Amino acid sequence: MNASAVPYDKPFALRLLKDMLRIRRMEEEAAELYGAGKIRGFLHLYIGEEAVAVGALHALQPDDAIVATYREHGHALVRGVSMNAIMAEMFGKQEGCSRGRGGSMHLFDAATRFYGGNAIVGGGLPLAVGLALADQLSPEGISYGAQHRRRVTACFFGDGAVAEGAFHESMNLAALWRLPVLFCCENNLYAMGTSLARSESQTDLCAKAAAYKVETLKVDGMDVVAVHDATRIGIAHVRDKGGPFFIEFQTFRFRAHSMYDPELYRDKAEVEAWKQRGPLHSYSARLKAQGMLTEDEFLACDAEAQAEVDASIAYAEAGAWEPVEDLMRDVLTPVGGTTS
Amino acid sequence: MKTSYREALRAALREALQDDPRVFLMGEDVGRYGGSYAVSKGFLEEFGPERIRDAPLSELGFVGAGIGAALGGMRPIVEVMTVNFSLLALDQIVNTASALRHMSGGQFSVPLVIRMASGAGRQLAAQHSHSLECWYAHIPGIKVLAPATVEDARGMLAPALADPDPVIIFEHAQLYNLEGESNHVAPVDISAARVRRTGSDVSLITYGGSLPKALQAAELLAGMGIDAEVVDLRVLRPLDSQSIVASVRKTHRAVVVDEGWRSGSLAAEVMARIVEQAFFDLDAPPARVCSEEVPMPYARHLEEAALPQAAKIVAAARAVMGK
Repeated sequence: MNASAVPYDKPFALRLLKDMLRIRRMEEEAAELYGAGKIRGFLHLYIGEEAVAVGALHALQPDDAIVATYREHGHALVRGVSMNAIMAEMFGKQEGCSRGRGGSMHLFDAATRFYGGNAIVGGGLPLAVGLALADQLSPEGISYGAQHRRRVTACFFGDGAVAEGAFHESMNLAALWRLPVLFCCENNLYAMGTSLARSESQTDLCAKAAAYKVETLKVDGMDVVAVHDATRIGIAHVRDKGGPFFIEFQTFRFRAHSMYDPELYRDKAEVEAWKQRGPLHSYSARLKAQGMLTEDEFLACDAEAQAEVDASIAYAEAGAWEPVEDLMRDVLTPVGGTTS
Repeated sequence: MKTSYREALRAALREALQDDPRVFLMGEDVGRYGGSYAVSKGFLEEFGPERIRDAPLSELGFVGAGIGAALGGMRPIVEVMTVNFSLLALDQIVNTASALRHMSGGQFSVPLVIRMASGAGRQLAAQHSHSLECWYAHIPGIKVLAPATVEDARGMLAPALADPDPVIIFEHAQLYNLEGESNHVAPVDISAARVRRTGSDVSLITYGGSLPKALQAAELLAGMGIDAEVVDLRVLRPLDSQSIVASVRKTHRAVVVDEGWRSGSLAAEVMARIVEQAFFDLDAPPARVCSEEVPMPYARHLEEAALPQAAKIVAAARAVMGK
């Protein structure tokens, strides 16, 4: 465990803890609700990886854009999508953030510039390149000028994505065109059941990005402080210099790939060893050691998170099924409708 | 004013770039090379490298970047060299561009235009000659256009750019040198088929590069006393069933001409709609002239044999007429 001091003021230090707890409790309940048949389809849990979304997203500004994967409940939540809307979406209710059309894998939110919820591995990377290209080209982007900061597009993807052509094409385009993209690689060592070592000739992911002349950082993704600090460095680079930046967050998912996964491909001992480095208890222990957190305060934070989860479940339960008569809506934009 | 299909496309692109600062053109060799079919020749000098953006050979990457830029408020025109190469970008087009509005519950539209060449006729063999419009026309969430006249080459881009959803424009490679009248004053309609030749005996229903062949066949048929009507579909998704059915109700006979392969073709869809909606108006079973089901051969005589030709259309029309 990293025992160095947490260098933040107490409100922010607790904000990080609370957000990790919110994700953890929400997903633990989601797993239960999956078992109860309330949530269906694929459900990919982020449990164990919370420090990455929490540390990274708290380094972004409200007008930055986020592109995420199908393991994105935590990213959506920390970005500001309400837990109610996320839970309702997983229930398939029309109060969901994607009106029940997306489900767990396709959380979207225009208000917070949250562009999914992309369930094709690597599919979000070209999208992020394009969002950044729009920022570079658009009149508003240009008007930021020298004294104003650039908007950044943060793109999350897993280690599995580095095997896709989309990763390599996107890395090249972003570097070639000096686009403001922060590439956030969540390396949890397994692409579903295939370990990095079994699928890549080069397992140093930063070396892959560096091959495209993208600057990189490798960081302990179980340590929310390290994640946050690395992301701040990456963001500063993108805003000040304009080109992309790549961060490899070394992390681990404690749960199966999805609810269908029997986990035949990894040893329990490996999972247990990573759990010892769990982001929640290691961070709270540091805060306690530093005198920034008491056990009572921790329990209060946890209770607050659990209450929010309970309320979101009630909200989702009370939500409505979209009328079947509306089935065909949102295939095309209605005449006179608005575009992003 | 007489002009060429290529010049008409150029004029439409130039107008779009001049009229809207959000519009930019991106693709392989669109800039310094001038476009693989010379459609954007000189644009790099006129509009600069930011807006006439040469892309590396990364179809998946730059089509996806076009989607992202559209989401980010721009109005990108992405050029893919041929429909064959677009298969490398199929994931982004089908899984992202066409689905994004729906899977986001209506929050994000993708106002993207993708232009690509399609079709055979230049002895480019089995990896540069295919006609896969039908695959794209299968996908809900996108619109598919096939300009077959100089007027449509000139007039379809502006409404495609004004459309809030992804629009794919297929430019048949054999049409770039087509000469015709363009009296462009306003954007053309992109929702309806159009009758290119009126007739009373048989409807020849076609699109894209097969339109000139169907018109040629109609002239030959006229010499045989058969008065053919030629319907240009123009819009391949959503199909204008109404115009198709209206023509068949008038002529009572239909021959669908489609450069795509027969099995699972657009022609099959058009025939299905005729059978569903105008069955009792038919005096004969509908027929179709499609490409032979072979990867496009290189040798000229074999390529010609593989494709719909005026003579085959004439023969099909005569058979439908019982002559």
